[in-house]
Amino acid sequence: MITLYYFAGLREAAGKAQEDADLAGRTVAELTAWVSGKYPHLPLDGVRVAVNEEYALQEDVLQEGDTAALIPPVSGG
Amino acid sequence: MKPYEIVTEPIDPQRYADYVLRPEAGAVTLFTGHVREWTRGIRTLFLAYEAYVPMAEKMLARIGGEIEEKWPGTKTAIAHRIGELQIGEIAVVIAVSSPHRRDAYEANEYAIERIKESVPVWKKEIWEDGTEWIGDQRKKPETEPAPE
Repeated sequence: MITLYYFAGLREAAGKAQEDADLAGRTVAELTAWVSGKYPHLPLDGVRVAVNEEYALQEDVLQEGDTAALIPPVSGG
Repeated sequence: MKPYEIVTEPIDPQRYADYVLRPEAGAVTLFTGHVREWTRGIRTLFLAYEAYVPMAEKMLARIGGEIEEKWPGTKTAIAHRIGELQIGEIAVVIAVSSPHRRDAYEANEYAIERIKESVPVWKKEIWEDGTEWIGDQRKKPETEPAPE
């Protein structure tokens, strides 16, 4: 299992801040596809994925116990 | 305080300036970013900021490391506040000290640009008639184009 975090507009659209997902061994690209299949209404344009608090590449593979986060376009400052 | 932190209480910028001040520093630049009431003709009542806190603090520290590499001899502290912020309150503070002023100015501006592109912090604007999570603002014009 991995833990998946949602922030900002994605958190509101998904109706949750986090969930566990059976995605160990899958790639970041597959994670995004899983999210988009489960929540077709989520706005995923421009969303980056962080794994264990680092921006990840599409081909990076998730490990058991990882934390992944969907990072919508940031607007700090 | 930590030199790179996400906070929930009001920011006292002097603490960050004091943190970077050293005998060898001839210059300190202190940037504070504030909640603005009017953006493109729309009135903001207040803002709500949210962060992925552990990653955001890591990214702030990384920006500090980049600055020390690009401008050797500088020392940096950065804080971003989250939660509900009222008009005029400080959302972000960046303090940079350096032996000479040019590096402190340049490094400070570099820090805010990097924050706006990479640090996982999000701003929700609350208006009189609605709310919206704001996305990447770096390429948007600051003002409406003039009507034809």
